[in-house]
Amino acid sequence: MASVDIIDAAKSFGAVRVIKGVNIPIGDGEFVILVGPSGCGKSTLLRMIAGLEEISEGQIRIGSRVVNDVPPKERDIAMVFQNYALYPHMTVADNMAFSLKLKQAPKSEITAKVDRAAQILGLGPLLQRYPRQLSGGQRQRVAMGRAIVRDPQVFLFDEPLSNLDAKLRVQMRTEIKELHQRLKTTTIYVTHDQIEAMTMADRIVVMHDGIVEQMGVPLDLYDRPANLFVAGFIGSPAMNMIKGSIRNSSFETEKGNHLPLGNAPAASEGRRAIYGVRPEHIHLAGDGIPAEVVVVEPTGAETQVIVKAGGDELTCVFRERITAKPGETIRIAPELKVVHLFDADDGRRLSA
Amino acid sequence: MTDAVQQVAAKPARTGVISWHSTPRRVATIYLPLACFVVVLLFPFYWMTITTLKPNHELYNYKDYNPFFVHSPTLVNVKKLLFDTEYPQWLFTTMSIAIAATVLSIFASVLAAYAIQRLRFRGSQWVGLAIYLAYLVPPSILFIPLATMVFKLGLYDSPFALILTYPTFLIPFCTWLLIGYFKSIPYELEECAMIDGATRLQILRKITLPLAVPGLISAGIFAFTLSWNEFIYALAFIQSSEKKTVPVAVLTQLVQGDDYQWGALMAGALFGSIPVALFYSFFVDYYVSSLTGAVKE
Repeated sequence: MASVDIIDAAKSFGAVRVIKGVNIPIGDGEFVILVGPSGCGKSTLLRMIAGLEEISEGQIRIGSRVVNDVPPKERDIAMVFQNYALYPHMTVADNMAFSLKLKQAPKSEITAKVDRAAQILGLGPLLQRYPRQLSGGQRQRVAMGRAIVRDPQVFLFDEPLSNLDAKLRVQMRTEIKELHQRLKTTTIYVTHDQIEAMTMADRIVVMHDGIVEQMGVPLDLYDRPANLFVAGFIGSPAMNMIKGSIRNSSFETEKGNHLPLGNAPAASEGRRAIYGVRPEHIHLAGDGIPAEVVVVEPTGAETQVIVKAGGDELTCVFRERITAKPGETIRIAPELKVVHLFDADDGRRLSA
Repeated sequence: MTDAVQQVAAKPARTGVISWHSTPRRVATIYLPLACFVVVLLFPFYWMTITTLKPNHELYNYKDYNPFFVHSPTLVNVKKLLFDTEYPQWLFTTMSIAIAATVLSIFASVLAAYAIQRLRFRGSQWVGLAIYLAYLVPPSILFIPLATMVFKLGLYDSPFALILTYPTFLIPFCTWLLIGYFKSIPYELEECAMIDGATRLQILRKITLPLAVPGLISAGIFAFTLSWNEFIYALAFIQSSEKKTVPVAVLTQLVQGDDYQWGALMAGALFGSIPVALFYSFFVDYYVSSLTGAVKE
């Protein structure tokens, strides 16, 4: 196990700068997830840690060693690829034993390690099969088994669940998390799925356009997003955002409606801002703002309702069952403690 | 579910129309064209075979004997070819030269194709293109400078003259075939092996080559066939009758002046094509898969 430090790391492909200098300290044994929309540079960063891409500027340290010029095989890492990259011409057992055979480990040690990994992942009966005879979830497990037998300092995962169906994804999510709790190996995991990030990570790094937008524990990112991008990216359905300005300790939307504010930031009278409230933080209230129902989408446990209030469209999620039909009016109120305010110009968080 | 729905929906439209699977339709669209194709392709073989088996008087007399059939088959021509000429020796020489040239070319092509396709170096695309351009130079022009080199190296009239010159057209060809095949092997497999601790050569040997076997086999078949049938270099660089390859020897030794010994000539051509045909039939599955498919996990 080891810590990983990414210090001012940057990557350019020709004239295009895809990673624009990022600093991410990762503690020993930590499970860190890099999350962001496609093209944000998260996979490139992971490949830089793995040694598959050169580091154009800055440093990456694994443990105390700077690995900028260390080839992948000497970095003591294991990587799980999005398409699993299982060797098609080798059995499951051979796939898992490949790295140990290259190291010329003794036969008994290879068998012991492969058996242990197979037992952890429940692959015992499949050891003599070929990858083409396995289902998606089984292939995923073999790819993880291949990483486990190496007993590396760091696990790297590159969108490992994106080729699986929704149900299996949820199951594998739990398995990977359990695996980490059991092995306690430092893990860096890349995904574009914020739910995966929220549920699995010790710490999330939100990336966008080659920079780190915010770093923190999952609930911190949810409760106190540092800027508009993180606010919109974390949470599903996405946060409602309304443009307007702060007047008389309340929020005046561009269309002239007033929304309540819990505690307006100091010296912000008249400031142009964006009012953010999560769908799950809007409640039904008898004395609330009247809103016209547009669409009702019941999901069972909760009901998602899209309403029009004062010309702005809002998404709300209610725990209650909603009987209102489209066209009817309901009264809603935001939960004041968890209303977010962002600067309209640079998108930074305003409220303390 | 959706399949069942589609079938139900499609059924009414089919009634009254000749189904795609009906016998007349299949005969008209598949078997008839295929039959024409097969006849055109196999007729030369048939002609070769019957000419081999015909006695001379039958061969030159179209009026009394139908030219498309053998009336009184004989093995005289075969006996003449095998025992009165050095045919077995020619066959052996051709075989050895073709195998040696093929092995040499495949070895060089694997390294070249792998480097061009997988190693990131400046100008790798241009190197690939340059190798292809070399392939476009016709042998009828290339054999003149090559002849000078063969003479200077003292290789004239030796099998090495051919073993070393055949790769000039085999390597570009095989390299391009293998570049295409290597391209179809997912790059992640190699990256994964790299992280697993393999060196470049280990990756080539343990990951890429085992997955490229169909590609190697089809490159091998092509190279073998091209060297087997090669004519102009073999004609120019070899003089002694016993060192000649089959295509050249059959022509130079069995055509004396204007006397074409058709029976023996055709027997020589027939026996010369059998090894290639056997070679193809063994590997036809690999050969087809290399031209049509990629590596599937």
